[in-house]
Amino acid sequence: MSAHHEEPTSFAFDAESEAKIATIIRRYPEGKQASAVIPLLYVVQKQMGRQAGSAWVPRVAMDVVADRLGMPPIRVYEVATFYFMFNTRPIGRFHLQVCGTTPCWLRGSDEVLRACKDAGHLKGYGDTSADGMFTLTEVECMGACVNAPMIAVDDDYYEDLDYESTVALIGSLKRGERPTPGSVIGRQTSAPEGGPQVLTGAESE
Amino acid sequence: MALSDKDRIFQNLYGTQPWNLAAARMRGNWDGTAAIIARGRDGIIEEMKNSGLRGRGGAGFPTGMKWSFMPKQSDGRPSYLVVNADESEPGTCKDRDIIRHDPHTLIEGCLIAGFAMGAIAGYIYIRGEYYNESIVLEAAIAEAYEAGLLGKNAAGSGYDFDLYVHRGAGAYICGEETALIESLEGKKGMPRLKPPFPAAVGLYGCPTTVNNVETIAVVPEILRRGGAWFASFGRPKNSGTKIFCIQGHVNKPCNVEAEMSIPLRELIERYAGGVRGGWDNLLCVIPGGSSTPLLPKSVCDDVLMDFDALREHRSGLGTAGVIVMDKSTDVIRAIARLSAFYKHESCGQCTPCREGMGWVKRMMDRMVIGDAEVDEIDVLDNVTRRIEGHTICALADGGVWPVQGLIRHFRPLMEDRIAAFKARNTRLAAE
Repeated sequence: MSAHHEEPTSFAFDAESEAKIATIIRRYPEGKQASAVIPLLYVVQKQMGRQAGSAWVPRVAMDVVADRLGMPPIRVYEVATFYFMFNTRPIGRFHLQVCGTTPCWLRGSDEVLRACKDAGHLKGYGDTSADGMFTLTEVECMGACVNAPMIAVDDDYYEDLDYESTVALIGSLKRGERPTPGSVIGRQTSAPEGGPQVLTGAESE
Repeated sequence: MALSDKDRIFQNLYGTQPWNLAAARMRGNWDGTAAIIARGRDGIIEEMKNSGLRGRGGAGFPTGMKWSFMPKQSDGRPSYLVVNADESEPGTCKDRDIIRHDPHTLIEGCLIAGFAMGAIAGYIYIRGEYYNESIVLEAAIAEAYEAGLLGKNAAGSGYDFDLYVHRGAGAYICGEETALIESLEGKKGMPRLKPPFPAAVGLYGCPTTVNNVETIAVVPEILRRGGAWFASFGRPKNSGTKIFCIQGHVNKPCNVEAEMSIPLRELIERYAGGVRGGWDNLLCVIPGGSSTPLLPKSVCDDVLMDFDALREHRSGLGTAGVIVMDKSTDVIRAIARLSAFYKHESCGQCTPCREGMGWVKRMMDRMVIGDAEVDEIDVLDNVTRRIEGHTICALADGGVWPVQGLIRHFRPLMEDRIAAFKARNTRLAAE
């Protein structure tokens, strides 16, 4: 998307968001509702994804959050721009987040990036494809290092990738499929390839 | 002797079984929790001290001692337990497994730790990217409430304790305990000056202890089996079992719970299928997450994986994220990428970090291609030492240590790269 984007003129929480907000506010002591600012910004972002097909946080929604929590708007703007996971501009339908930090880089994240560009028709980091399907972002270590390299598609991790499997993943997304998150080579989560060496139950048998 | 399965605390580390309460009880979680709490605050803290447990989040501070800093008598303010689940140190992915596969070890640990420090409630601050993990954790907490294990008279102990999950939103700095508290209060994650320490003035201005996920999750098993049992693994002052994340150029990257003080070589060869191309193909290892300086192969040959042994080699156990690099690695680029990480994650509050991380990154980018003078290696090293120790928190320290480690062990390689760049340019100029 270009640096100049359309900001909506209004924002209101829908019923689904309101139900979620009610459970969030209860977690914090009375008078400490500012603690709910990150959770509420997530609620905004999810609702935008649901309603507009682009999960981002418009400025007017930050004002709504500020009003709801009794905070000066600037405090909400600060939070929304400090934390990396809030998109302050519209993004594509799928957010491809490539980890490029050293543990993933050692295992071939450059190839995963190349696959994202080729299959998603993306010029590079920060780009959104012409069809509005994909936005490509480089992210810092996502905490899945023994399953490197990985990407996150929105909130889902796909792990143990290489060029071909990344192309295949993006192909699935284009077809409207959502492959099961996790290791794409069928590993049992963080266990070594081929199956766990420990915790096999062998000792108790 | 290798750790046997019966001594592994995280029986469902790989998620081969369900995470739910029924399965967790079968694994021994929530067994006799009320009786543990009946030992009283002092009894629990004493046993934790006996276990020798040191914090698993990177700094390795003795856990029992940390809890003992909390006020015994309230001055009217409530106390809080905050669990640091903002696992973001590159190379670290252990808390993720605890949360998604063995969440009841953590929840039971929160109840016991919360009681031992007199907390009325606990907040688990989980990194925003662990969205699916947070769903599991919230569901496990809901199960625990349903079963009477949290809330009023939690687990029949006579003690009231509430537990909540709070998601962060993508900021490495929030793993620093005071930045985490700021973030939990709804602000930018900028570290606070200490003192006052959180045990005096923490969350909402109240006494607070911040502990790592793994630290809290091992507590119930330690108290069930005794501090002496936990202390029987590893060398004195380095005791216990530990989840290691073995990654990079190994044949079979994995997480594994092993005993402390295990030789690095044994850890890699026994559990991770060995170094790609064999042990002699090893170049270096970052032993404890990105902040810990790398160790060249000569040190890796016989170093032990614990706090003190790695410290002797001017590195550290950190979070036990073991990043292995074989001889095909461009180690200058590997470290430069870490410099980029720390630049990206600096909160910008302190000048030496805000300006310094960017400067170091730009310098490292030049070192990668060799576009520098040899004495600029000394300038780089010198500047890192002017940054280190001159900021509110340890992010900048962790940002410069990898660079210092590179210069310490791979200076000839850096000089060669500079020479090669010069030779190439001289040739081009002559043509």
